[in-house]
Amino acid sequence: MQSIYLDHAATTPLSEKAFEAMKPYFTEVFGNPNSQHVYGREGAKAVNDARQLIASCIGAKPSEIYFTSCGTEADNWAVKGAALQYQSKGKHIITSIIEHPAVYTTCKQLEKYGWEVTYLPVDNEGFVNPSDLEAAIREDTVLVSIMFANNEIGTIEPIKELAEIAHKHGVLFHTDAVQATGAVRYDVKDLGVDMLSMSAHKFYGPKGMGVLYIRNGVKMEKFLSGGEQERAHRGGTSNTPGIVGMSVALEEAMANLEEDAKYVASLRDHFVSRVCAEIDDIMYNGAKDTSKRLPNNASFSFRYIEGESILFSLDLAGISASSGSACSSGSLEPSRTLLAIGVPVGTAHGSIRFTFGKHNTMEQVDYTVDELVKIVKKLRAMSPLYKK
Amino acid sequence: MYNEKVMEVFKDPKNMGEVENYNGIGTVGNEVCGDIMQITLRIEDNIIKDAKFKTFGCAAAVASSSTATGMIIGKTVEEALALTNKEVIEELQGLPPQKIHCSVLAEEAIREAVNDYRRRVAEGTAK
Repeated sequence: MQSIYLDHAATTPLSEKAFEAMKPYFTEVFGNPNSQHVYGREGAKAVNDARQLIASCIGAKPSEIYFTSCGTEADNWAVKGAALQYQSKGKHIITSIIEHPAVYTTCKQLEKYGWEVTYLPVDNEGFVNPSDLEAAIREDTVLVSIMFANNEIGTIEPIKELAEIAHKHGVLFHTDAVQATGAVRYDVKDLGVDMLSMSAHKFYGPKGMGVLYIRNGVKMEKFLSGGEQERAHRGGTSNTPGIVGMSVALEEAMANLEEDAKYVASLRDHFVSRVCAEIDDIMYNGAKDTSKRLPNNASFSFRYIEGESILFSLDLAGISASSGSACSSGSLEPSRTLLAIGVPVGTAHGSIRFTFGKHNTMEQVDYTVDELVKIVKKLRAMSPLYKK
Repeated sequence: MYNEKVMEVFKDPKNMGEVENYNGIGTVGNEVCGDIMQITLRIEDNIIKDAKFKTFGCAAAVASSSTATGMIIGKTVEEALALTNKEVIEELQGLPPQKIHCSVLAEEAIREAVNDYRRRVAEGTAK
C-alpha cells in the first residue's frame, strides 16, 4: 500500500542537510556553550554562527534572536512576557479568535489572573479586518498578537498593516509565524513587528527548537528564569544540535523558498480543482486568493459526513491528513477557526486539512483524490443526513 | 487509538442502510455533537427479523452501530431492549474512553426504534 504524508502543517521530515550538520554536536562537539573552556567555546561558536544565520534569513540582527524549545514556548513568552513587563501600563491584550492554542490558551490563562483580552473576529475567509483592530485598541492595551498565517485554513493575515496600526497607538505587536516561516518570504524590519515566533520542525528542521525574535529596544520580561543564556532572558542549557539544525534548515528553506512554494502550490491547486469538480456538497475553507494563502494548505468541509471517519478511512488507504474536527483531539467542540469563518457546526465536524510538502508528487495527489471520492461516497451512503 | 477489532468493523460495516418495510425507526444524537445514529427494525412475531443502521459520526460510532445491529438480529424485542452499551463495547473488545458515548447512542437508538414499533402497534399503524 502507498504511504502518503499530507500533514506538513503538523510537522515535516528533517532535512538531510540539517541532520548531517547536527550530528557532530550530539557526540564530538558536546560542550556546554556557556562553559569557559575549549569544549564550551566550540559549542558557543556553533550557537553564535547559527544565530547569525537565522538572523540574516529574516532580516534581523543576531542579538534579536532568542532560542526557545518550540514555537509554543516562543508564543507563551511573547504574550506572558509582554503582559508581565507592561502590567503597570495596562492589562489589556488584543488577539484574534483563530489563533493557534499556543497564543489563544495563553490569553485565556491570563484572563484568569486579571488581564482583559479582546478576541478579534475574522471574515468568511479568515482575515482580520484592520479597522476592527484599530477600534479595539484602548489606553491600557499593551500587546497585539495576530498570527501570520492560520494553521488550519492557511489564510495569511495583513501583518504589516496590522503592525502599523498597533504602533500608531504605541502598542507592541507580536506575530506567530510558525506556519509562515519557510513558506512565505518576509523581513522582520519590513513587516514592522516587535516580536515573531517560529518553529524549526515546520520547515524541515528538528523538533524541539523555536525562536522568538524580539526587536532590539523592546523590553521583555524573561520567561525561563535561570542562567545567563540568551542574554539572560531565557535560561537553560543551549540545545546546540537543535540550534545548528534549525539554522541549516532555515537557510535551505529560504534559498529554495519561491521554487518550493511554487511546486507545493501546484500540487495543492491540482488537488483543490479536482476535489471541487468531483465531489459535491463541500466547502473550501480559507482564503480564495492564493496569494493570501499558504501554498501548502487545502481545507475542506464535506457535508453530511464526519471528519474522523474520513480521516480514518484515508488512513486505511495509506493517506495521512488531519481532521479539523473535534474527535481527533478528544473534545466534542468543532474547530474554533472553522466556526469563526462561519462554517455551520454540523458541517465543521466534517472537515479535513491537507497540507502538502516538497516531497509529495502529482501521482500521490491524484491517488488521494481518487480515494477521497470513494470514501466520501461510502460515508455518505451510510449517513442519515444524506438524502440523495 | 482504536483496536484492530474496531478498525475491522469500521472498514467493512455490516447492516448498513435502511430496512425495507421497517416498522420501527429510532434516531438519536445531533449534528452539533457530531453523532447521529438511525436504526431501522423489522419486527415480526416479537422477533427482530432485520436491523440496519445509518450513522453520521466517527469510526467508533459506525463500529458501534454495525455491532449493535448485528447483536439484536434474531433476538426477541425484550432481548434487544436489554442490550447494553457495555455489551457492545465488549463485542468490540474495547473503545477509547472519549468514545464510550458512541456505544451509548447505539443502545439508545435501538430503544427508540423499539418504542417507535410499540407506538405503531398501539396505534394500529404497524405494518
